Amino acid sequence: MERDEAVRVRGLVKRYPDKVAVNGVDLEIHRGEVFALLGPNGAGKTTTTEILEGYRRADEGEVSVLGVDPARGNRQWRARLGIVAQTSRDEAELSVAELVNHFAGYYPAPRDPDEVIAAVGLEEKRRTRTRKLSGGQRRRLDVALGVIGNPELLFLDEPTTGFDPEARRQFWTLIENLRTEGTTILLTTHYLDEAEHLADRVGVIASGRMVEVATPETLGGRGARTARGSWLSPDGMREVRTNEPTAEVARLMEQYGGEVPELEVRRPSLEDIYLELIGRPSAAEPTPVTVGAVR
Amino acid sequence: MSTVATTTALPSPVKVGLSRVGLEVKQFFREREQLIFTFFFPIIFLGIFSAVFSDTDFSGGVDAATYFTPGMIASGIFLTSFQSLAITIAMERDEDLLKRLRGTPMSPQSYFIGKIGLVLVTSVLQFGLLLAIAGLLLGVDIPTGPSKWLRFVWIFVLGTASGSVLGIAFSVVPKSGKAASAVVTPVVLLLQFMSGVYFVYSSLPAWMRTVAEFFPLKWLAQGMRSVFLPDGFEANEPGGSWQLGLGALALSAWLVIGLLVAHRVFRWTRRDAS
Repeated sequence: MERDEAVRVRGLVKRYPDKVAVNGVDLEIHRGEVFALLGPNGAGKTTTTEILEGYRRADEGEVSVLGVDPARGNRQWRARLGIVAQTSRDEAELSVAELVNHFAGYYPAPRDPDEVIAAVGLEEKRRTRTRKLSGGQRRRLDVALGVIGNPELLFLDEPTTGFDPEARRQFWTLIENLRTEGTTILLTTHYLDEAEHLADRVGVIASGRMVEVATPETLGGRGARTARGSWLSPDGMREVRTNEPTAEVARLMEQYGGEVPELEVRRPSLEDIYLELIGRPSAAEPTPVTVGAVR
Repeated sequence: MSTVATTTALPSPVKVGLSRVGLEVKQFFREREQLIFTFFFPIIFLGIFSAVFSDTDFSGGVDAATYFTPGMIASGIFLTSFQSLAITIAMERDEDLLKRLRGTPMSPQSYFIGKIGLVLVTSVLQFGLLLAIAGLLLGVDIPTGPSKWLRFVWIFVLGTASGSVLGIAFSVVPKSGKAASAVVTPVVLLLQFMSGVYFVYSSLPAWMRTVAEFFPLKWLAQGMRSVFLPDGFEANEPGGSWQLGLGALALSAWLVIGLLVAHRVFRWTRRDAS
């Protein structure tokens, strides 16, 4: 049912003078889920997101965000969204508390500013001016400003770029808490581990098309997670794909009479599957490669 | 079947606008560059000019401080309206603040109420400071009659209003936030020189005065001279008169042009946003 979808896109097309940025994208985001949009730079992620946010107009296709066409979104509709854009360096001279309190005044039913500041872990930086915040703290302030209006749908555009691993973990906890509270989240990211950790479903976009939509576990189809065994044969590196890696290794042991040279057995990570989907060579495949089993 | 969630009323644009005024003023006084080059600039120059030309006679028994006070007041109005808005809005657009605001339910009216409030607060404060320094420290005679002050009010209002809309319109000219100061400041400086803010207007070459007549600052400065220079001094003006009617017309025309252009060219996102 359309009413249950936070976002519904059919046949979205967006052309720029020099290229077709989005070329027939379909997308459905269910209420309450975290949906990660993956794709290389220039694939159409940002264009798609900005059309959903109402910043850009679609050339073709149907778009509905919280039941409203973003091109006709009014203030009432914007009050139900939260947008965390890719970079931010504005409002340098205002403090965390000043900004969060001020933005709360834009919304009909905002969250409590103090609670939001605490939720993003900036309590100790309340009186700090934004220009003195670290990159990670600045990002958390952006999230605070994005959620202060208590949005039904939150857009997060590459929220953890430039974070150290610890800051990223903390950030993930923050997003998980928002999700627990029922916020629908559209996340774009370059980090596959981030998508795997946070997303209920991921969509891979490449060259303006949605290549696949699946859960992180099933992305790439049934055979995508098939184990790969590789070893050094007298003719060079060999690789097989198999659902019975143990049997394969036993067979090789027998053939080589013991130790198999350079033996490696691995299953592709989400990253490997992703790279394959967008048509890039994966690091998991040794080169040169002689494929020993069906692709 | 129940209807969609009950709609809670959005905060009124005026209320949000007033809260933006507070925020804008706070930011203005925290930015050192703005504070020096927009707020204190005319005050510093009034001090320098009164000291440098302390022995010069400006005819009619008027000293340097008296002669330059109206010019610095006019210049200050132009800085706190045109220069201030042209630079800050260009930077806010480049830093994606405008885009961020557009993504919230804030009404565009609230944003502009904030800017108008900022111009009014800063220009009134600056004028007060200029007046206090001129009157108390530099011995300038401050007019007391109500008719002169009434004249001051309409010139001040027309000056800040036209400067503001032109500043909003001009904010689309700088290609980046970093370039904003470098693009806006020379334009303002040039106008200041041509409009007789730093020189005796009648001593400027005729062609320069003709060019200046096409721009608002000349009329603003002339209007301010009519308020703060002694009666009879208009004989020293190039036309032998304060030309107040023409000045009102010129400033109003710039106000209308500024409004139309600003309405057409104002944008919430960068030109190169991709």
